[in-house]
Amino acid sequence: MQDWPLWEVFIRAKGGLSHRHAGSVHAADAKMALEHARDTYTRRMEGVSLWVIPSAQIISSDPADAGPLFEPAEDKIYRHPTFYSIPDHIKHI
Amino acid sequence: MAALAPLSTYALRLGDDALILGQRLSEWCGHAPTIEVDLSLANLALDLIGQATHFLGVAGDADKLAFHRDALDFSNCLLVEQPNGDFAQTMARQFLFSTFQELHLHALASSKDERFAAIAAKAVKEVAYHRQLSSDWVVRLGDGTEESRARMTAGLDWMWRFVDELFQMDELEAKLAKGGAGVDKSELRAEWDRRVDAVLAEATLARPASRRPVLGGRRGHHTEHLGPLLSQMQFLQRAYPGAVW
Amino acid sequence: MYTTDLSGKDRKKPAPSAAEDPALLAAFEARVANDEFIEPKDWMPEAYRRTLVRQISQHAHSEIVGMLPEGNWITRAPSLRRKAILLAKVQDEGGHGLYLYSAAETLGASREEMIEALHSGKAKYSTIFNYPTLTWADIGAIGWLVDGAAIMNQVPLQRTSYGPYARAMVRVCKEESFHQRQGYELTMALCAGSKEQKRMAQDALNRWWWPSLMMFGPPDDKSPNTEQSIRWRIKRETNDELRQRFVDVTVPQAEAIGLAVPDPALKWNEDCGHYDFGKIDWEEFYAVVRGEGQVAKERMQARVTAWEDGAWVRNAATTYSVKRAAAKVAAE
Repeated sequence: MQDWPLWEVFIRAKGGLSHRHAGSVHAADAKMALEHARDTYTRRMEGVSLWVIPSAQIISSDPADAGPLFEPAEDKIYRHPTFYSIPDHIKHI
Repeated sequence: MAALAPLSTYALRLGDDALILGQRLSEWCGHAPTIEVDLSLANLALDLIGQATHFLGVAGDADKLAFHRDALDFSNCLLVEQPNGDFAQTMARQFLFSTFQELHLHALASSKDERFAAIAAKAVKEVAYHRQLSSDWVVRLGDGTEESRARMTAGLDWMWRFVDELFQMDELEAKLAKGGAGVDKSELRAEWDRRVDAVLAEATLARPASRRPVLGGRRGHHTEHLGPLLSQMQFLQRAYPGAVW
Repeated sequence: MYTTDLSGKDRKKPAPSAAEDPALLAAFEARVANDEFIEPKDWMPEAYRRTLVRQISQHAHSEIVGMLPEGNWITRAPSLRRKAILLAKVQDEGGHGLYLYSAAETLGASREEMIEALHSGKAKYSTIFNYPTLTWADIGAIGWLVDGAAIMNQVPLQRTSYGPYARAMVRVCKEESFHQRQGYELTMALCAGSKEQKRMAQDALNRWWWPSLMMFGPPDDKSPNTEQSIRWRIKRETNDELRQRFVDVTVPQAEAIGLAVPDPALKWNEDCGHYDFGKIDWEEFYAVVRGEGQVAKERMQARVTAWEDGAWVRNAATTYSVKRAAAKVAAE
């Protein structure tokens, strides 16, 4: 007998916030995964909404590709507001 | 035990149901089929112990009532004191009781008595989840393997003789229902049948055959299973009279 | 709850595999030395992975087995309030076991394999749970002493180098903050109670004190993996440092409620600002590690029975989900 599949649990802590990864549970089906997520991760009023996703369905980037994926953004400093100097007496900008 | 006012007697019945079922469920802690299920069962037990604390608090001193009465003075229904058995039997008991308890509390939330209404309004949400969780398990086990199906069938069969008692009314509760503080439980039966049948159908299980009901819990005439439960639950309070914990 | 290294005195130090690329290894060591977190898909030395799986799963097993001694008293808790507190606490231990198994699963170990290793006796768990809970006061002593020792061990692990383990520990520490307090409060109530209750509390302290000190693991000079584990930030402080801190904070707590710590050699040392304490019976510790604790057999039997009795349930749910998935495909 194999373990029940693993599911990743995401919780919205309160209205207006996005769901955030909380942990995982094992469950045989989606309904059970939600129930287990509720019973495991929201016992202390941690959330108002839950997502569960089969862990096997998550596609993640390879850390070995971190260079090509993320480093090219490093020199695009003109995307950030602090790149531009505006004299102090100019307001509301 | 001195006679209680009708509202207190009613609160005692509600509190005893929750207390005894909570006690039963807490026996699972550390022994469930998976860790996740262990956590679910403990959540159910905690909800029920909380409800018991509130309802017994309406009837008197909750701890005194929980730990110092003998079986004759306990007024829970017989269903909740039934042994856990295997996981199927526990879920069968939960499913039958939570389906009833949800309907009962839903109606009680409109009680004219504010205390009952407030406790019921909070508890009904907890119990809706208990009903959902246990229904899902009845379906999974009923429509799972040959073994789980046989076990769920046996679990329902064990519990079924105690179902009629849930809806039984006596003079005291009839009066309270008429006055708007209580609930006419006999009126809940049709909806209970509908809900239970729907879940059994999804579980591809037959409804157990009707049989002569076993009654007596509300009058203090229990099954043999309550005594050992009480002797364990009440041990410290009995061994050290007057001690504060 | 416990992270003591129980691998035994004679275990070989993990050595880097010959096949491992020295450049990758150097980069890894540099990241760890720089207090960066290592994440599941990052390259890591095989020995680091193995050490972590062993430590995290051992920690998880301790949480799960640790439900049993306290669970023993849930049905006998003496008030509704105590019953709810104890049930919530033991449930938390189950949750912590679950978080930790999940963290170990990110390293490629399956929960089933880990549980199998526990049940076969291959994997260890904290020695403390092989002591029996004989009276209600033991529930207080476990919360106060055992969880107190656990917190000392676990707080530094929130900064351990492996990301999933560190995150699990953040959640665990947050949730455990009430565990020690409820235990001390329970013990306080006994000490403020009748003569019989006070006797119960003192007896519990007598039995749990030394095993609690052993929870920090063998002395530093007998703990072969400490150096490597500290270098890898899997561990952040040595066994003896943590043990001393525990003694220093716990002794005044005992005195405050009129309990005597069962150690004639215990004495405040003005010069170093710490308590000196007596010699720990390490023979007892190693015997319990070997599985000779008083209730080791009961604990394993309870776990194996729960797992085997639950097999048909796990199986049924899997079968049901396969059936439903097939029916859904057929309907489409």
